[in-house]
Amino acid sequence: MAAQTRTKPVLGQTLIAGLWKENPVFRLLLGMCPTLAVTAAVKPALTMGLSVIFVLICSNIVVSLMRNLLKPHLRILMFTLTIATFVTIADLFLKAFVPRMSETLGPYVPLIIVNCIIICRAEACASKNSLVVSIIDALGMGVGFTLTLCVLAGVRELLSTGAIWEIRILPAGFVPWAAMSMPVGAFITLGLLLGLVNKMQNDK
Amino acid sequence: MDTLTILLMGFISIVLINNLVLTKFLGICPYLGVSGRIDMAFGMGLAVTFVVTLSGTLTWLIDHLILMGTALEVTRYVCFIMVIAGAVQLVEMYLRKFFPSLYESFGIFLPLITTNCAILGLCLFINLWEIDNLLEAVVLSFGAGIGFTMAICIMAGIRENLNLADVPDCLKGAPITLITAGILTLAFMGFAGMIR
Repeated sequence: MAAQTRTKPVLGQTLIAGLWKENPVFRLLLGMCPTLAVTAAVKPALTMGLSVIFVLICSNIVVSLMRNLLKPHLRILMFTLTIATFVTIADLFLKAFVPRMSETLGPYVPLIIVNCIIICRAEACASKNSLVVSIIDALGMGVGFTLTLCVLAGVRELLSTGAIWEIRILPAGFVPWAAMSMPVGAFITLGLLLGLVNKMQNDK
Repeated sequence: MDTLTILLMGFISIVLINNLVLTKFLGICPYLGVSGRIDMAFGMGLAVTFVVTLSGTLTWLIDHLILMGTALEVTRYVCFIMVIAGAVQLVEMYLRKFFPSLYESFGIFLPLITTNCAILGLCLFINLWEIDNLLEAVVLSFGAGIGFTMAICIMAGIRENLNLADVPDCLKGAPITLITAGILTLAFMGFAGMIR
């Protein structure tokens, strides 16, 4: 593999790729379930993003370390088991330290197990590359995912309550759009944001 | 209420009111990926229905008979995902042996059911809603599968017509599908409040 010939600038590119060029949500359309489900407000979205970063980095480390031991037909199962272990850790951590947030997120924390981003990175990057590249890749992808969640959540929270991070921004006369905090708002906001990203990409 | 009414209520509620795809955002990936053609969508829906019924029942049994008895709830997620992966493997083997043509047409989507959030999501919701009756768990799992099939088939029907529509360039593909899904969700909100 080309892992040995990779130098610093390439690592930087790997990090940046996850933020925009290969942004998991906008460009690869991965991990849609949590994207839609937890973005009614910024706080749960950020918690979700941080949990995903944690699981992504840990699972990429483990998968990268055991990449030479993997049997092809069993690898997906091994990935899932690794991920499930780290998700359990993250879930217990959230339950212990931020119980109210854990309640808000509900089953969407354990659902990180089947988040396509993590399996996709394990398969496409960690199982082929060295430890450092895998960690950098996980970091880039995770941060890209978190930022996307926060942007989406910001738009939705602003329009549904007139506040971001529970700090009032719009004037008191603003009539909240109740629909934005409901599933309808999630689907339509994400659809329009995707359209916007496509447009920016085409104009370049 | 007698048992039959409760089961019927549960079934209707999971199919229409708490539809996994439209209100819980579960199974969005296949919902966006496979819903291009109606026959594929229906096949996918049936496969998911089968797997979800099987794994919903099995995980309920494992959870109540083994994990809760031995205080091993911590390993719940690992066990659930193992059961689902096993169930998918079973379906795959069965289809390859008895319905090779159907197996061919599923292609990559069959193994992907393992990572379909609808299935793990339902197992977790059954746990969250504290369903303590095996029959109810079976009916809910089956209903969830039917709800998924219905949502994905409606979507496929709309998308077949969407191909003929004049959509702005930047909204082609996934964005317009998401917006359509949003409007569909709005329609399904009409069912809210049907029970109680």
